[in-house]
Amino acid sequence: MALHCTNLSCQRNGRVIFQNLNLSAKAGELVELRGPNGSGKSSLLRMIAGLVPSHAGTIRFGDHTDVSQHCHYIGHLDGLKSVLSVAENLQFWARLLGGTDISAALKSFALEALADQPVQILSAGQKRRTALAKLLSAKRAVWLLDEPATALDQTARQHLTSAMQAHLADGGIIVMATHDDVALKPHHMISLGIAP
Amino acid sequence: MMALIPAMLRREMQLSLRQSGGAGAALSFILAFLVLIPLAIGPDLATLQRLAPGLMWLALLLAVLLTTERLFQPDYEDGSLDLLSLSALPLEVMCLVKAFSHWFTVSLPLALAAPFLGLLLAIDVAMIPQLLLAMVVGSLALSLLAGIGGAITAGLRRGGLLVPLLILPLYVPVLIFGLSASQASLTPSGSTSALLVLIAITLITLVVQPWASAAALRAYFR
Repeated sequence: MALHCTNLSCQRNGRVIFQNLNLSAKAGELVELRGPNGSGKSSLLRMIAGLVPSHAGTIRFGDHTDVSQHCHYIGHLDGLKSVLSVAENLQFWARLLGGTDISAALKSFALEALADQPVQILSAGQKRRTALAKLLSAKRAVWLLDEPATALDQTARQHLTSAMQAHLADGGIIVMATHDDVALKPHHMISLGIAP
Repeated sequence: MMALIPAMLRREMQLSLRQSGGAGAALSFILAFLVLIPLAIGPDLATLQRLAPGLMWLALLLAVLLTTERLFQPDYEDGSLDLLSLSALPLEVMCLVKAFSHWFTVSLPLALAAPFLGLLLAIDVAMIPQLLLAMVVGSLALSLLAGIGGAITAGLRRGGLLVPLLILPLYVPVLIFGLSASQASLTPSGSTSALLVLIAITLITLVVQPWASAAALRAYFR
């Protein structure tokens, strides 16, 4: 199934951030979003996830107009509860987003040793890894990643890269906003300009 | 979708029991309130006994109000709300589950404990069953209304200031009819009709709450 976004436009407080933006990706493709701060990368990802209404244009994933049920969204916030353990947090999100088993996800991001630790004692990078492990704990076709590598060390970046590789090989779609150099070569590159 | 409801309930319970600011805070508030009352209005038993039901209702109301702000705000702040809206669980059902878990962990335990704590105010023992019944019914309405107030103020930094203004007017009918339903000794037939009105209020909030809360949360998604 393919993701098609046509003629999207985004306004924040009456200010036009982007207009007539088109994005499409077939199964197995990586789309990279580039642009300076405030150019609408996060807004675009949130729009695809259905978290921000689009002022114009359409978003379709295969036959579905509502992508929210088919996507993982990794934003700036991790969505973790500090009093629950890593495993409890993951278990909850896995269940809610339609998955069951979290052991593979824990393993892929080297979180096994931390599984029973409460999230409040984790470092920023460890929290980020826990948030990323959600991607693998429930199978969803579209990954929307907003600066996923923030706070990650080299090893964890490699874990993320191999998870993304496996997802693409499995026929998934990734839309990623980033400022870093990425190990994977994107199939499409979308540059968002400075807001007019 | 139905399988997601227990998962959601379980998480809410876990969070409420492990986090400060939930049931524990409300219970200690109610205890502090009760201890201070005789100091504030004097130790005259007849006066205390006459005021006890009203004071217990006030204590319950304020304790629930105290926890309202924490209902949706943490989920908004840590990004959980974004992820919850990606699940197959409709936002309306999610809001209802949250209100019910608030009832289970905060309002219901308080409603069950309050009439007995009323003994500290020399409450008439014969009144306890009636008060208990009215409080259990009323507390569900309080939790549901807290769900609306909490959702409206989820993304506001100083939401705590706004919550009382928004939902206290809605608490007034619950207080009035809850109190009339509690006072069986005065007019038995009057208390039954008051209880029926209280049940009606609770059922109306049960119908309105999921949509009102979800609409309020959706307003933050922009």
